[in-house]
Amino acid sequence: MSLLLSLLITTLTFATPITLGALSGVACERAGVVNIAIEGMMLTAAFAAFWAAVTTGNLLIAVIVAMLAGVLLAALHAALAITFKVDQIISSTVINILGFGLTSYLYGQWYARNAPSTPGTLPSIALPGTTITIRVLGLLAIVLVIVLHFVLKDTPWGLRVRAVGEHPHAAETVGIDVRRVRYSAVLLGGVFAGLGGAHFVPGYVPSFSPGMTAGYGFIALAAMIFGKWRPLGAWAAALFFGFTLALQITLQTYHVPVDTRIIGALPYLATLIVLAGFVGRSTPPAADGVPY
Amino acid sequence: MADQVPSAANTTGVTSALTRPAAIEARAVTKRFPGIVANDQVSFAVAPGEVHALLGENGAGKSTLMNILYGLYTPDEGEILVNGVPTIFRNPREAIAQGIGMVHQHFMLIPPLTVTENIMLGNESRRGVFLDRGAAAARITALSERYGLAVNPEVLVGDLSVGAQQRVEILKAFYRDANVLILDEPTAVLTPQEADDLFAIMRGLREEGKSLIFITHKLREVLAIADRITVLRGGKVVGQANADDVTEAELARMMVGRDVHLYEDDHANTTIVTEEGAVAAALGLSAVAPEHPLEFQEPPTSASVLRVESLTVQVPGATQPALNDISFTIAAGEIFGIAGVEGNGQSELAGALTGLRQADGGHAYLYDLEITNRSPRALIAAGVAHIPEDRQKDGLVLLYPISDNLILSTYRQPPFAHGIALRFGVIRDFAQQLITRFDIRAGRGGVSLPAAALSGGNQQKVIVARELSRPIRFLVAAQPTRGLDVGSIEFIHAQLLAQREQGLAILLLSAELDELLALADRIGVLYRGKLVAVLPRAEATRERLGLLMAGGQASHTP
Repeated sequence: MSLLLSLLITTLTFATPITLGALSGVACERAGVVNIAIEGMMLTAAFAAFWAAVTTGNLLIAVIVAMLAGVLLAALHAALAITFKVDQIISSTVINILGFGLTSYLYGQWYARNAPSTPGTLPSIALPGTTITIRVLGLLAIVLVIVLHFVLKDTPWGLRVRAVGEHPHAAETVGIDVRRVRYSAVLLGGVFAGLGGAHFVPGYVPSFSPGMTAGYGFIALAAMIFGKWRPLGAWAAALFFGFTLALQITLQTYHVPVDTRIIGALPYLATLIVLAGFVGRSTPPAADGVPY
Repeated sequence: MADQVPSAANTTGVTSALTRPAAIEARAVTKRFPGIVANDQVSFAVAPGEVHALLGENGAGKSTLMNILYGLYTPDEGEILVNGVPTIFRNPREAIAQGIGMVHQHFMLIPPLTVTENIMLGNESRRGVFLDRGAAAARITALSERYGLAVNPEVLVGDLSVGAQQRVEILKAFYRDANVLILDEPTAVLTPQEADDLFAIMRGLREEGKSLIFITHKLREVLAIADRITVLRGGKVVGQANADDVTEAELARMMVGRDVHLYEDDHANTTIVTEEGAVAAALGLSAVAPEHPLEFQEPPTSASVLRVESLTVQVPGATQPALNDISFTIAAGEIFGIAGVEGNGQSELAGALTGLRQADGGHAYLYDLEITNRSPRALIAAGVAHIPEDRQKDGLVLLYPISDNLILSTYRQPPFAHGIALRFGVIRDFAQQLITRFDIRAGRGGVSLPAAALSGGNQQKVIVARELSRPIRFLVAAQPTRGLDVGSIEFIHAQLLAQREQGLAILLLSAELDELLALADRIGVLYRGKLVAVLPRAEATRERLGLLMAGGQASHTP
C-alpha cells in the first residue's frame, strides 16, 4: 500500500468520529443550545454499544443502542438546558463528567476481570473502482454531512432550527414552539454523537477501555467552530484534523527520521494554529447558549 | 365612522356601516400583573378600513393591550371579539389564524436569513419535504406589488435599511392573511422621509379595507393618519374621539393627565409640547421655563465655554473622515444644536468631545483646557457631562441598581467614597433624593431596582439626573429624547432649558428638527462630516435645515 493511499484511508478513519461529533454540535448549536458534551455522549455511547454487542452478539443492535445512549444523554442535556435553563456549559460539563465516571465504573464492575470482546468490528467497504476502503460508519458520516446540510438549508424544520438559534423571540411571534424545536435539534445531536461513539466500539476496535474517546469530542467541537457551525465546513475541518492525526501515525509507522515527540505534537499544533487564526472570524448563532 | 361602536349585537340586517361588526374589539379587558393593573376595563373597537390610533405614555398599558390582542397574554377579565365573534387567543398562532398581524417596535426579524425565509418562517410553503422558496417568493412579490411594499425577496434581511425591514414585517403579516394590523410605535425608528412613506402605505392598506391599530405617543402623527383615537392612561381608557373632532392640546391633556401648554413654534409649521411651571416646580428648581423659552436671546458675551478648532475624526477603514475640519464655539448659557441625517458625524463629534473617541486632528478647549484625546475620567473631572445617544448601551449599567447608576461618574469621590470603601447609606440617600427630584418612577423597587426594569423614559431620567447632579460646565446631549413619550420629553426639555438658564453650555445633537428648533440658540448642520452651515435660530426653518441636511447649498457658512 502506497504511503499516500495509507494516509488517505487513515485520515478518513480519524475524521469519522470528529465529523459525527461536529455534526452533533452543529445540530444543537444552530438551534441555540451549546453542546460541549459531545465527548461524554460519544464515550457513553461507545460503552453502551460495547455492552450491547457483548450481550446480544449483534453489531447492528450495538450501533442502535449507541444512538439510543446518545439520545438519552442529549435528552438530559435538553432538559437541563431548555426546560430548567441551567447554564449550558455547566450542563454539558455535567454530562462529560457523568459519561466518564459512569462508563469507567460500570466497566470496572462488569468487564475488568474477564475483559470480553465484541464479535468483531464493523466492516470496511471499498469505494467503487478504487482501492480506497472506508468503514461503514465513515461512509455514513459523509452521507449525514450532506443530509444535514440540506435539512438545515432547505427544509421547514431546518429553517425553524436556524430561526430559534438566531432570534427565538422572533420565531415565537410567528407561532413556533421554540422549546420543541430546540429539543428536537438536541435529540438529533444525540443521535450523531451516539454514532460517533459507535465508531470506537464496535466500529474500530472490539473492546471498550475507559476514557477511550481521548478528547475526540473536543476536537469535534473545534471542528464545528472552525467550520463556522455549518455541516460542510465542519466536515472539511474534521478532515483537516483527521489528516494531522493520520500524518502523525503515518510518519511514525514509516519511521521518518524526525523526533517522535515533535510528530506527536503535530495535530495539536495544527489545531492551535487553525483556531488562533480562524476562530475570531467565525460567528456563532446569535442566540447560541441563551436559554429561552 | 360614527362614534357609536359597532358590535355583534347590531345584527338587525340593516346594511349600514354601523351594523358591520368591528374587525376587532376589546370589551372591558382587564389584565393584572403582580402589584399593578396593566389594563383596567379597557374597551375599544376598530372598524374595517379604519386606522385606529392607540395613544398613551410609556406604562399606560398600550403594550399589554396589544400583547392581549396578539395572543401573547390572555386577559383576566373581558373578551376579545373578531368580526363580532368572541374569541380567546392562547398564543400568537391562534391570533394569526384569526387574521391578526403585528409589527413589533423591535422588529421580529432574523438578520442572517433572507427576506423570503423570514416571511415564510412558521408558515412554510413545501414541495415534498423541502421548502418551496420559489412559491413563497412569488407570493411575496405579488403581495408587495399589491400593497406597495417594495422589497427584494432574495436578499438577507440584515442588509436592508430600517425602512425596508419594516416593510418586510408588514409583508409577514399579510403573508398570513392579516386583516387587522397592529403597528407598535412604527415611526420610532424611521427618518421623517421613511415615516411619510409608511403613512402612504397605511393609507393604501386602509383603501384595501384593512384595519390598522397604530400605537404611538406622537400627537402630530396621530392627527395625520388616524381616523379614530383611543387614549390610554394608567391602564384605563381616558378618552375616545374622531381625529377630526380633537386638537393636539386636548389629546396631550388626556394623555398626560394634566394641563400642558402648547407652544406654537413660529418658525415652522409644527407644534411642540412643553409645560410651564409644573415640572420645574416639582423639581424645586428656581429657574422655571419662561413664558417664551424659545425666543432667541443674545448669548452672554463672556468668552466661549467650548471652543472647537478644526476637529477631525478618522474612523479606521473609512475612506473619508467621519468628522472633517469642524470648528465652532459654544457660549455659557447657550444651546448649540447639531442637525443632520444620522451617520453624518454626530456620533463621532459626541465621542471626541467626551473622551470616548480619538481625535485625529484639531483641538477642542473647555475654557483653556484642551479636552481632545483626554480620558473620559479627566473630562468628567473637568466638568464635561454626557447624555449618550444609546442609553442602554453607553448610559447605564442595566443590571446595576438605580442607586449605583446614579454615582457612576462620582463614585470615587467623597461623600460616596471613603478611602477604598463605598458609603452605601450616603449613596442610598443621594439616590432617593434624585429619584424624587427627577421624578424617576421606580415603583416599589425604589433605589435598588435594576435600571433594566425601568421604562425608557425613566432610564433616561436616571442618566439626566446623574449628569446634572454634579458641578458641570459643558453638556453633550446626544439624541436625549429619542423614543421617549411626551411626558418624558417635556421633562427633559425643561431640564435642558433650566440648565441653559443657569449658564451651562450645551451641545444638543438631535435627529428631531422640532426639538432643535424648540431648544437651540444656534443650529449647525452636519453633512458628510462637514459643518456645512450654522444658523441662528431666527433664521432656521425646517425647510432650510432639511435642504442643508440633504447636502443642499449653504447660504450661511460658519
